[in-house]
Amino acid sequence: MLGPSLAVSAILFSLGVVGVLLRRNAIVIFMCIELMLNAVNLTFVALSQQLGLDGQVFVFFVMTVAAAEAAVGLAIIIALYRHRDTVNLQDLNLLRG
Amino acid sequence: MRMVVFWSVSFIAIAAALMVITRKSAVASALWLVVTLYQLAVLYVLLDAHFIAALQVLVYAGAIMVLFLFVIMLLNLGRPDPSDIAGAGRRVIAGVAGLVLLGELFTFRLAVPPGDLVLPAGAVSGMIEAQGAVTAVAKPLFQAYVVPFEITSVMLLAAIVGAVVLAKRRL
Amino acid sequence: MNPLHGTAADWVGLTILLPFLGFLVNGALAFVRPDDKRTVSLVGVGSVAVAFLVGVAVFFAVLGKHPEEAYVRSYWTWMTAGDLEIHAALQVDRLSVLMLLVVTGVGSLIHLFSVGYMHDDPGYARYFAYLNLFIAFMLVLVLGANFPVLFVGWEGVGLCSYLLIGFWFTDRQKAAAGLKAFLVNRIGDAGFLVAMFLIYRNLGTLDFVTVLRNAPLQLAPGGPVVTAIALFLFLGCAGKSAQIPLYTWLPDAMAGPTPVSALIHAATMVTAGVFLVARAGVLFAMAPVASAVVGGVGALTALFAASIGLKQWDIKKVLAYSTVSQLGYMFVGVGAGAYAAGIFHLVTHAFFKALLFLGSGSIIHAMHHAYHHTHNPADAQDMRNMGGLRAYLPTTFRTMGVATLAIAGIPPLAGFFSKDEILASAFGRGADDPFWYLVWALGAAAALLTAFYMTRLMLYTFYGPNRTGAAEQPHLAESPKVMTVPLVVLAVLTVLGGAINLPHVGTLHRWLEPVTAPAVAYTLGTPVSLGVELGLMALAIAIAVVGIRLAMTRLHPEQLVPAEQAPAERGFAKLLLEKYRVDELYDAVIVRPLVFFSRVVLWKGVDAGAIDGAGVNGSAFVARALGWVGSRLQTGQVSAYVLCFVLGALAVLGALTR
Repeated sequence: MLGPSLAVSAILFSLGVVGVLLRRNAIVIFMCIELMLNAVNLTFVALSQQLGLDGQVFVFFVMTVAAAEAAVGLAIIIALYRHRDTVNLQDLNLLRG
Repeated sequence: MRMVVFWSVSFIAIAAALMVITRKSAVASALWLVVTLYQLAVLYVLLDAHFIAALQVLVYAGAIMVLFLFVIMLLNLGRPDPSDIAGAGRRVIAGVAGLVLLGELFTFRLAVPPGDLVLPAGAVSGMIEAQGAVTAVAKPLFQAYVVPFEITSVMLLAAIVGAVVLAKRRL
Repeated sequence: MNPLHGTAADWVGLTILLPFLGFLVNGALAFVRPDDKRTVSLVGVGSVAVAFLVGVAVFFAVLGKHPEEAYVRSYWTWMTAGDLEIHAALQVDRLSVLMLLVVTGVGSLIHLFSVGYMHDDPGYARYFAYLNLFIAFMLVLVLGANFPVLFVGWEGVGLCSYLLIGFWFTDRQKAAAGLKAFLVNRIGDAGFLVAMFLIYRNLGTLDFVTVLRNAPLQLAPGGPVVTAIALFLFLGCAGKSAQIPLYTWLPDAMAGPTPVSALIHAATMVTAGVFLVARAGVLFAMAPVASAVVGGVGALTALFAASIGLKQWDIKKVLAYSTVSQLGYMFVGVGAGAYAAGIFHLVTHAFFKALLFLGSGSIIHAMHHAYHHTHNPADAQDMRNMGGLRAYLPTTFRTMGVATLAIAGIPPLAGFFSKDEILASAFGRGADDPFWYLVWALGAAAALLTAFYMTRLMLYTFYGPNRTGAAEQPHLAESPKVMTVPLVVLAVLTVLGGAINLPHVGTLHRWLEPVTAPAVAYTLGTPVSLGVELGLMALAIAIAVVGIRLAMTRLHPEQLVPAEQAPAERGFAKLLLEKYRVDELYDAVIVRPLVFFSRVVLWKGVDAGAIDGAGVNGSAFVARALGWVGSRLQTGQVSAYVLCFVLGALAVLGALTR
């Protein structure tokens, strides 16, 4: 089951990347990043079947970090919305040089 | 039997992921992402990672996605918004990039782990049967990886403080 | 151990140090106390006079010890590069000590003369500073023990020549004359440098002693290397000693004060070229082609310059062309392998040419004085404004008369013996190579012209009615003692100078033998028989007498008018007066194309256009353009940044999956 699992993981990851490139809403982009993280988790779990339980421990950590990251990231988006009244990335161009 | 489940679950997961990236409404994308996460939990069970599957449902689908939906509702972004998806040129570029990435990643699919690292077949499921899913994961977690574990707790603390400070109306 | 070690020869460095200190002191005085003429005179004349005394002591040391080899004193190591070691070293041998005496001796007399001549000039201290510096550099040149030290002196005297020719630099023409001298010399110096490179390349050393000893062993006689070295050295000599084609600076150099013309452009600096050929005699002797070039160019220059001197009206210009012509004689001598004869003529020429120039300085001084009183702007140097001056300047007249007889070649004065020996050696070489007969013929013709134009100078200046003007005549007077005493001393030397190398006695010849013998060993040519020698002598005397008679009968000084009223010259006379328009030719053929090339092609085309435009401005433009392109990437849009991010990641992945 290793091969097909890795294939599914690859597809999900690619879809996540396409989503990041495609969408303009900051929150949806964030969700696509979560999708990428999950694809990677799937890879870890698939390989842990053959290489030992260390893979699952790592997935544990990934989830923890993803949770913390989601919390802080969404807090930033809220703060951004309060200042700029939008979360559309096209309107957030203060970095323009 | 397992393979039938595997294939059907995978198919649903991929279809749901496609929905995530193509819906105009943020709420719709979030909900489709929840579906994807559930399918992944089933896949974890099929891959002998019962504990992880449980965590996926509890933490990811249960807490993180709920948080996402909270924020979307808070900011009133639920309505379908056509300007949310990029224009035609960008769609082409994104599509091409995705296909290239897929091609590159597919070459890894045929990778075989080195022989001296591979455990004998059925070793992991054996461990899980003998110790139980939670113990099997908890043992390395609290023995070999106890330092990362403690650091993770500090990181969570920092995340909490950061989130609270960032989201406050008045400091 | 050289026998000169421990004698006065050890102090030879003092001869350079004293004039150099004089330069420093006088230079300081020029800034601080330029009116203190007494101290300046004392330091200026004293430093050179004491140097002369030291030179005499060294001479007696050499005379007493009879060293066969050169005595080299090295003061410090100047440069080391690889196996080349160049020392700041001085060489005491028969040739250099002779030159030392000539330079310091004649130099002291000219310094003394300058005290009177330059008395009223505001730049008095500066003048003596430069003159002392010149003596110092000239002594470095003659005493140097290797080519680079000689070259330091060579360049140094060129510098002092520039400073002194353009002494009255507020006059544009005079400043330009100084620049011209320096630039034309530079061309020759390039040749000298190439010769030094060739010597080092082929012999591995630049010390005179080693080069002259090894050259016959390591280089093929008559081969291309030796010929090339000799020809390039001669190019340097042609520049410094004003031979064709690099002589044009010398007549213009008359813009400087007359004592400068006497010292630098008659007695010492211009003879540096002859000295160099004598010093490197072995190299020239080993290359008969080069020696023939030296002799041929010398003879041609002698005749050419003498012909121009026939029609010049400025007294100093006549003497300048005479100097170029006499230098040609010296080169005929050293080219024919008679190095001692060439040096002999160098010494005698130093005496009578310095005397002639100082005498003309005395005349010009008196004329200036007279014109100054009547505020007359006429040219004090034009012979048409002179005439009958023997009544007013008797000592000058008598001494210059002696010098004129000497230069014309009347025995027993010095010039006769030296000139005769040179022509005889050329004639002797003719037996082996008929080319030298031609050289002899040119030299004899030049001798005729020399006698003619020098007599012309005497006639127009001292005989006939006086054309200076009625108002000026009462003010014409003989120069003060400080100026006439050097004239008398030089006249005595001119009369007695022939004694240093009488035929068949050959004192100078034997004196210089250790230096010239290695070169003479290579020289072909049969010595002339006694009968031929006497015949040539008689011929020389006849030529001199005929020249003088011709001038006295054909020229009518009473028919001259003052310069302003003189009719313009026509025909061949005009061509001679305009010195065959050689300067104009150089200007059209060399100078103008060079200036055009520099200005239009190199400056506007390459420098402003290509380098500034394309290079500097172009690269700035490219940098800006690249920056503009880069700035287009700074959109501030996160999505664009993410795209770049993803593309980068794809590229890295692609490399990994290869």
